[in-house]
Amino acid sequence: MSEKKIVDGRGSFCPGPLMELIVALKSSQVGDELEVLSTDKGSADDIPEWINKVGHEYISTTEAEGVWHITLRKSK
Amino acid sequence: MSASKISVVVVSGSLERMQMAAMVASVGAVSGQEVIVFLSMNALPYFVKGNTSKAPHEGDMGKLMATKKVPEFKTLFEQAVELGDAKIYPCSMAMDILAVEQENLEGYLQKATGLTKFLHDAQDGQVWTF
Repeated sequence: MSEKKIVDGRGSFCPGPLMELIVALKSSQVGDELEVLSTDKGSADDIPEWINKVGHEYISTTEAEGVWHITLRKSK
Repeated sequence: MSASKISVVVVSGSLERMQMAAMVASVGAVSGQEVIVFLSMNALPYFVKGNTSKAPHEGDMGKLMATKKVPEFKTLFEQAVELGDAKIYPCSMAMDILAVEQENLEGYLQKATGLTKFLHDAQDGQVWTF
């Protein structure tokens, strides 16, 4: 079973959360679900763009109390 | 294919310009684009091992950035190499002027290159200058 990994990029500015996601993806398996936490609005806009460009599966973005949660599945 | 190659030329030693150059290089490299970076003029001294001096800001943005948790430009350049296979070349002329050898530079840099080779490598892609 693949588990959901949390990538905590809170407090970091663009492109910090994206870089943290990429580090986490390197140590993940295809099929794993990852959730990035970001307090940076720019990253919340940019990370889904990156996911689609690179070809992972973008699942959702939600915002709660100033924290964006961006969820994806590693697909390659 | 050629449009997906990015060549970044960094000559400024200002915080804002080196930050933007590092962002273009790192995000480009991790998005599957081929990235080459040429470090010359006032940018190169920051890549000499042991140089801990802070790059001066040009304006209010750089001043503000220094107070926030923004990834450091050197970290981003290193991540461009580690995570995205970017190639960062120190300019051989700038090394001669600074009187530094390859072993004095950060280990993630490639061997020094001259303009002739860099211009050749950069001819089939976008060129970004900072």
